[in-house]
Amino acid sequence: MIEVKNLEKSFGKNHVLRGINETINEGEVVCIIGPSGSGKSTFLRCLNLLEQPTSGEVILDGEKINAPDRDIDKIREKLGMVFQNFNLFPHMSVLDNITMAPIKVKGQARGEAEAEARRLLDVVGLLDKAEAYPSSLSGGQKQRVAIARALAMKPEIMLFDEPTSALDPEMVGEVLAVMKQLAEDGMTMVIVTHEMGFAREVADRMLFIDGGVILEQGTPEEIFGNPQNERTQTFLSMVL
Amino acid sequence: MADYLHGIAVAAQGVPTTLIISLVAVLAGLIIGLFVAIAKMSKHRILRGIATAYVDVLRGTPLMVQVLILAYGVPQLLKSNFGIQFNWTHFIIVGFIACGINSSAYMAEIIRSGLQAVDIGQTEAARSLGMNSRMTMRYVIVPQAFKIIVPAMGNEFIALIKETSILSVVGIVEVTRQGTLWASSSFLSFQAYFGVALIYLIMTLTLARLVSFVERRLAQSDRG
Repeated sequence: MIEVKNLEKSFGKNHVLRGINETINEGEVVCIIGPSGSGKSTFLRCLNLLEQPTSGEVILDGEKINAPDRDIDKIREKLGMVFQNFNLFPHMSVLDNITMAPIKVKGQARGEAEAEARRLLDVVGLLDKAEAYPSSLSGGQKQRVAIARALAMKPEIMLFDEPTSALDPEMVGEVLAVMKQLAEDGMTMVIVTHEMGFAREVADRMLFIDGGVILEQGTPEEIFGNPQNERTQTFLSMVL
Repeated sequence: MADYLHGIAVAAQGVPTTLIISLVAVLAGLIIGLFVAIAKMSKHRILRGIATAYVDVLRGTPLMVQVLILAYGVPQLLKSNFGIQFNWTHFIIVGFIACGINSSAYMAEIIRSGLQAVDIGQTEAARSLGMNSRMTMRYVIVPQAFKIIVPAMGNEFIALIKETSILSVVGIVEVTRQGTLWASSSFLSFQAYFGVALIYLIMTLTLARLVSFVERRLAQSDRG
């Protein structure tokens, strides 16, 4: 479904991604782990072109998307993204946060968009917060709204960039529960995370990224039970 | 006492002129300033250069000099170089143009800083939902920037009210000019300019209150 070939990304002299090759299949849940500064988030951000790759190809449904003639906005509709810092729009109610893109981008009727938004809020357990503003929500609630907002565009793939890293510990569970439900419903997901327990539970496949390359990949059993690469072993011994 | 009251009453007669010039100038400044701000943030180098030069020149020269150039310099230039007989029929128009353009340079900087103060994550979130850059600007960035710049815009309006006193030198009969005229006929300079000062103070304090009220209302809508 999404294929990455020889992906490289530099910020000035800082060579962050040094040739990544990876294929993510439909319905797969892929968790990306690795030390901070290893390029995990940059890799994820290259998938929806929030970062323009320096070289290499990102191919979605058989079509190369990082070419100048492609309509990036149209492509991004297929890729939902959830950020570490939620990035809800503070000047809009929860409902408007969720319905804005479907109405403005897809031209959905307001009634239809609102009905869908309420259904999604019900899924993430926040139907009673529809009229609230983001500043009145807890971190965990904000992130669940952000997930609902991304889902409202009916994406084919959901990208999660450390979705629980900015949360107080007691709120991590509620966000992971929503993500787990999403995984069980068959959504294709790529998740950059430090939640090893969660990764072990939901991932079909794990990628260990360090120094801008995928050093090791495999099922959670393989990665956690019998890591082959020395750096994977060191990293896991520090975080587990 | 009666002289003081008379001085205040005389100065008050200039209030409509001062306020209308300030209001027109601040609105013109806001509209022109928005375009200048966007030009200054443009990827296009020439456009950015023009906008930067525009702001530099207008902020780097006194409003008084700009008024004198527009009021007297431009008609003379048109006559001597192009043979066009041009005179300002209503000097108040000089006030509108000079103050509006001068204000637009300050507004451009205020607006630019407001647009840039909105967290980059907001743009990323909007773009990741498939919104194009224009939609992102219109529905996500500008509404948030507006709240950020309301206090600075209020300050600009207050500063402008005081600055319009400069227009008295080209004979626009606003608050300061009213006082000057009465001072020179009555020889009561202190009473005349005391009245002028008091009238400015009333206008600026009232406006400052109004700005902080609007500010509080806007802040509330964030809390829901």
